[in-house]
Amino acid sequence: MTWRCGIAVFPGTWSERDCAHWVELAGGAPVMLWHAERELKGVDLVILPGGFAHGDYLRTGAIARFAPLMAAVRDHALAGGPVLGICNGFQILCEAQLLPGALLRNSSLQFRCQPTHLRVEVSRGPLLSGLEAGEVLQMPISHGEGRYYAPPEQLRELEAEGQVALRYCGPSGELDDRHNPNGSLLHIAGVMNREGNVLGMMPHPERACEPILGSEDGLHLLRAAVAVLGPR
Amino acid sequence: MTLKPVVNDPQGLAVTQGLHALGYPEVLGTRVGKHIQLTLVARDQQSAHARVEEMCRRLLCNGVIEDFHFQLSETGA
Repeated sequence: MTWRCGIAVFPGTWSERDCAHWVELAGGAPVMLWHAERELKGVDLVILPGGFAHGDYLRTGAIARFAPLMAAVRDHALAGGPVLGICNGFQILCEAQLLPGALLRNSSLQFRCQPTHLRVEVSRGPLLSGLEAGEVLQMPISHGEGRYYAPPEQLRELEAEGQVALRYCGPSGELDDRHNPNGSLLHIAGVMNREGNVLGMMPHPERACEPILGSEDGLHLLRAAVAVLGPR
Repeated sequence: MTLKPVVNDPQGLAVTQGLHALGYPEVLGTRVGKHIQLTLVARDQQSAHARVEEMCRRLLCNGVIEDFHFQLSETGA
């Protein structure tokens, strides 16, 4: 049976069709989940796509967090179900306190839309254990508020618990400020919860799924995750 | 709502630079925050204080990055 992937849609979400295309390329069946719905329709994986949910009013993700759908996403996550937040989806997961930290205005004050390289920091959890630690992926970012912040003591804890999932890097995996597009602390591009089933990342894997887009590394990421999730 | 002192505020830095360019070298720093006006009904100041504080903690402010303070005044409506 084909695996089913829920894609959350809030007013202002802009990447849900890209995500559906990406899921289909990886062999899955996308299931759109409107923010006002209260259940996940039995999906295996939930994606919170990019965009500007509720206009980013107040703070990015601050209003979306209270959508009825998010209660179901929370239950799914706390039961160990895989959840992937991309860009605005990552911001929503932080506001919902399903992931630690917060995403702030880029240090450049510019909206940045550009290809980036990412280093996989940990190979664990349903979403990343199909990849190898140290692997370098290329996919684009597209955000104005992606500067990852967490208080120093929490950053230490994230490192110790293997929750720093992805870092911005150079083409060979090197970490330096030149390759940090938004001023994120410790070059963090993605984090996961302690259990490893909830992953948030600012870069867009769904926009790196065909050769014409310049990279297929996003498709590689999803296929690896699906292989870990196993047959449905 | 203001960013916590430990959180870098690039917007504030840009405003400081702008003020320096306009001839205000005495400006040592700028922090950009948010101002929200609420109109609400409450029995008394004490209960209004408790409710507003709860609103700040639950929605208006993100405690990871922001601090908040507020003042109450009666509108007499």
